[in-house]
Amino acid sequence: MRSPDRRPAPTGEFVLKARVMEPADVRRALTRVAHEIVEANKGTEDLVIVGIRTRGAPLADRVAAAIASFEGVDLPSGALDVTLYRDDVALKGPRRLEATTVPADIDGRVVVVVDDVLYTGRTIRAAFDALLDMGRPRAIRLAVLVDRGHREFPIRADHVGKNLPTAADEVVKVHLEEIDGEDAVLIGEYR
Amino acid sequence: MIKHLLSMDQLSAEEITTILDTAESLRQVTDRPIKKLPTLRGRTVCNLFYEASTRTRISFELAAKRLSADVINFSADSKSSVAKGESFKDTAWTLEAMGVDAIIVRHGSSGAPHQLSRWVKASVINAGDGAHEHPTQALLDLFSIRERFKDLEGLKVAIVGDVLHSRVARSNVKGLITMGAEIVLVGPPTLIPKEAQTWGARIESDFDSVLEDLDVCYLLRVQQERQAEQLFPSLREYASLWGLDNRRMQTMKPDALVMHPGPMNRGVEISTEVSESTRSIILDQVANGLAVRMSLLYLMLGGRSEVDEIPLEAIAQ
Repeated sequence: MRSPDRRPAPTGEFVLKARVMEPADVRRALTRVAHEIVEANKGTEDLVIVGIRTRGAPLADRVAAAIASFEGVDLPSGALDVTLYRDDVALKGPRRLEATTVPADIDGRVVVVVDDVLYTGRTIRAAFDALLDMGRPRAIRLAVLVDRGHREFPIRADHVGKNLPTAADEVVKVHLEEIDGEDAVLIGEYR
Repeated sequence: MIKHLLSMDQLSAEEITTILDTAESLRQVTDRPIKKLPTLRGRTVCNLFYEASTRTRISFELAAKRLSADVINFSADSKSSVAKGESFKDTAWTLEAMGVDAIIVRHGSSGAPHQLSRWVKASVINAGDGAHEHPTQALLDLFSIRERFKDLEGLKVAIVGDVLHSRVARSNVKGLITMGAEIVLVGPPTLIPKEAQTWGARIESDFDSVLEDLDVCYLLRVQQERQAEQLFPSLREYASLWGLDNRRMQTMKPDALVMHPGPMNRGVEISTEVSESTRSIILDQVANGLAVRMSLLYLMLGGRSEVDEIPLEAIAQ
């Protein structure tokens, strides 16, 4: 029988293998991503920054703040909880929901979706559906702090903080000041 | 999460909080242009109603549809198999054979949902059983109160009227006490059950004496057929002693709320002026019922049916 989900269930203890990004690395990567977003859009017009909960949300706020600092424009930003759109609800059961705070009007806008780790692409697929239920953006772009590969859907990021080749049984953890008390990207595995 | 919701006894304060928090997130969907989520696609929910209901049935139906579940409505009326003499058990097995995932049941007999839950594999939600319980009403009431007061701990709540025959009162007393509220039951002594003293609530027959301390005044519907049983002398006397009119409302604190589960008897337990005043959150209760029922359906059905129950504490992480 085919395995419904090849990702290992997080059992046992997380064993750290390496810290691959330190606070300064995270800051530089996000600053570059923020510049890239504005450059690719040829300015800030129509941009909306939306972070995927949990850790995409503070990242979206930081990207929006960075753009505000060098462009002098406060872009509308918000957070998206994609739990109810996931394709594994029936498999994994209900999870705690968090508030969705996407700016009211995304029709005709360029929505930049921000997340911490791009992996299978399933979360991003869920985010597309969630956004399309809220309006009709002119375009959706994707910015991530880490792309760790192993895509299961034909999805790619427009802006990547760091490409991080990993094995499927490894676990990538992003820590953020706002949630975890420090900025760092860790690789490890559950044993 | 729990497999069945039969009574408020089942739920701890933590579980109630998870249900209400989830409802708060789901309520946002109501403000969107597309008021639908794909979460329960492929699931089937059956409304099995042996008693008349408008708001509860519609609220459950809409909640299930907003989550993309399929809905079947079965009313045990003159056109149904029940009129042909089908037993409750055979109806249950018929629904089971059709593969429903949840049965929302309202029945005139106390304990009918418990019985049903022993016969079927589907999840059973009690939508009112006799004079026993109506847990989803209590949850939506808790949600509506929490929306105004943030914390339920220490709130003073009066539940007024026909407590004896009220499943809404029983479920609300349990839920409110679990959440730390203080309750006073007010009404004609003939309509306050003897065992109410064991519920952890205070009992009072003089409505005016409790009003000034209240944070919430919850009025129960007067079931008019009770007058025929001579449990109170007349509707007019009921209204003058236990009805909430403008004069009584003015003696309440300025931020105190007025609630009613509906349908209302205007001019009996509540005056039109009170029901339409700014303190009345009766329509909020209806709107919140939808979000709370969506939350329950998501938490109860949002997993593979053959998987063991997922503890609510795990979801809260």
